[in-house]
Amino acid sequence: MNKIWLIIQREYLTRVKKRSFIIMTILGPLLMAGVMILPVYLSQKSDKVYQLLVVDETGLFTDRIRDTRSLQFTSTEDPIAKARERARAERMDGVLYIMRESVTRVSAPIFFETQIGISNIEYIRSELQNILDEVQLLSEFGISKQELDTRKVRVNVGLIDNQTDSIGNPVELSILSLASGLVIYFFIFMFGSLVMRGVIEEKTSRIVEVIISSVRPFQLMMGKIIGVAMVGLTQFLLWIVFTMVIVGFVSVAFPESFSPDNLMQQQFTPPGNGVIPGENLAINPDVNPFLEGVYSLLDRIPLVSILFAFLFYFLFGYLMYSAMFAAIGSAVDNEADTQQFMLPVTIPMIFAIVMSSFIMNNPQGPVAFWLSIIPFTSPITMMMRIPFGVPLWELGLSMASLLLAFLVMTWLAGKIYRTGILMYGKKPTYRELWKWIRYSG
Amino acid sequence: MNFFEARNIWKSYAAHQALKDVTISVPEQSVYGLLGPNGAGKTTLIRIINQITAADRGEVLIGGKPLRPEHIHIIGYLPEERGLYKKMKVGEQALYLTRLKGIPRGEAEKRLKIWFKKFDILHWWNKKVEELSKGMQQKVQFIVTVLHKPKLLIFDEPFSGFDPINTQLLKEEILALRDEGATIIFSTHNMASVEEICDDIALIHRSEKILEGKVSEIRRRFSEQQYAIELMTEKTVDEIRPEGCKTLSAERDNGLVRLRVELTTADQPNHLLQELMKLGEIKHFHEIMPGMNDIFIRLVNENNPAKNNQSI
Repeated sequence: MNKIWLIIQREYLTRVKKRSFIIMTILGPLLMAGVMILPVYLSQKSDKVYQLLVVDETGLFTDRIRDTRSLQFTSTEDPIAKARERARAERMDGVLYIMRESVTRVSAPIFFETQIGISNIEYIRSELQNILDEVQLLSEFGISKQELDTRKVRVNVGLIDNQTDSIGNPVELSILSLASGLVIYFFIFMFGSLVMRGVIEEKTSRIVEVIISSVRPFQLMMGKIIGVAMVGLTQFLLWIVFTMVIVGFVSVAFPESFSPDNLMQQQFTPPGNGVIPGENLAINPDVNPFLEGVYSLLDRIPLVSILFAFLFYFLFGYLMYSAMFAAIGSAVDNEADTQQFMLPVTIPMIFAIVMSSFIMNNPQGPVAFWLSIIPFTSPITMMMRIPFGVPLWELGLSMASLLLAFLVMTWLAGKIYRTGILMYGKKPTYRELWKWIRYSG
Repeated sequence: MNFFEARNIWKSYAAHQALKDVTISVPEQSVYGLLGPNGAGKTTLIRIINQITAADRGEVLIGGKPLRPEHIHIIGYLPEERGLYKKMKVGEQALYLTRLKGIPRGEAEKRLKIWFKKFDILHWWNKKVEELSKGMQQKVQFIVTVLHKPKLLIFDEPFSGFDPINTQLLKEEILALRDEGATIIFSTHNMASVEEICDDIALIHRSEKILEGKVSEIRRRFSEQQYAIELMTEKTVDEIRPEGCKTLSAERDNGLVRLRVELTTADQPNHLLQELMKLGEIKHFHEIMPGMNDIFIRLVNENNPAKNNQSI
């Protein structure tokens, strides 16, 4: 145990001290922030104006919803089916369909043609709520604010794809989903190949036999894998810290946008809180729309659970794949020879990436389900599904199958590794690798 | 007393039989040469001793006790395929490898400094390994191998990559380690060094041990009863034909005749001397002992199936 700790230490320290690690640690947060902020920034910047048809069955809202810089509402008397067709034909961005669902609830699905962002959805929701509150206050004259809170009619806004009738999601969710999948893919690949290169280095420098006269090959392999995992976690944590430092810096630089009042107002706009309803704008027009967009994105999505899921899938996805990478490294003499073995190992991951848009369109479908249960694709696919919400039992099953696969693959890899690191010369075939697995002792 | 014994070791890899019933006994505090052509099974045997791989059958005893994982700490192994991390600093790396053998950091550092001073390489401590020549790296590896004061040392081709001066230095160190109490197993193709430092040897060929014993005994056993003679005489080369032996070569150098003869009647050097005394003044007379090199080549060829002879 003491020895494996020594190996972990060496693997960790030599990598953390490298210049490339320090550069990546600084560039990473900028890159990540870029990946997340850029689409939001572009969508804000792009002067895109969403043209929405409004079909109001209640008759309460017609012509009362105010346009914004990015939203334009056009009322229509058409029935919903016709309006939906019209939206498609006239290349509008969607139909806002308002109906009274029950005594206490107004439902307002948006049949969208173009993906729509959270800030716009949030604006529509609060605008409808404000109008409704105002109507209630006016129609039921004499009602007090407290009474309104108990008898209030609530507004629900949802997204439905106008083409497929499937439940839609704000565009930010798709971005986050794709980003988590890509980051996991990138992490597993980057740190997995770090392990592989480490193994090849030990083999070509001929130090491996010196070391395994002191420790078991399996200890050397696991020491390297764990050491590199700790490098990855260190990098990841530093990225989070730096990202927070950047956000902190920005919040100091633009205190208005980030003041607590502002956040409270955006997050929990209590309708009719004593202010004249019409003036209670959910969105402060002074707020820099760019930062506001990012903020509402961060606010809506279960970031904490995504973070924990990310750590789990990164760690165990990495552990499983890096065991395979270590086995590949042990079987060859130089990096050029790894291609043949890399292909079957990377195909599942690439497949998961290729399927990403399919999975995001249908995050609860059978393909998404199976890809997030099969351990070779689950780290990527499950990370893509999580922003959309995943039933707990599926998450548990997926995690358990990944854990099991990690144990099995590490065991198999250890057997290949043990024989491979002492073999020089010819490149082995798959048949030989299978023989190595079956060797005893 | 034998410090190390391997008894009836069998080992096979898939289709290849690497060791067939090999038994070797290494006396305590001696240098034991493990000889054999490439691919004979030496490295497999050495790896079994180091517990890098396990024997299929057979028993390995160290100090009379069966081999156990803890024995790693009393074995020092310098493999034939050896190297160091190129990007790591010399001192840091030596410390790491020593600590892997179970020596605590402080003690490891103290001992390393002593050895680095002894080899006059203390100024390498903060250099990266890639800045050192191959021979220099070998010195560092040698130090790391012996630093945990192993009772059993295994050197696989230790002199490869060394210049003659450092080879001499290394030989002296190996013998010094033996004199301090270490038992040494020494695998090499360099037969001159075998004659120089080995007390006993085993010859492994085609997975089997075909010879074992004391170097001096073996050389005597393979003696071909040849003698080198220098004789001061006026007689012609053709006139010098001593009885009971076959003249292999004879040449005249002014007044001196150099002869090489092989006794035909067994073990009669004294008789030969008497013969020679009649012919002239004996300046030189000694038995030519066969070199380990000759014995090696002879035994290996004898044990090869005839059809394979050309390929060796």
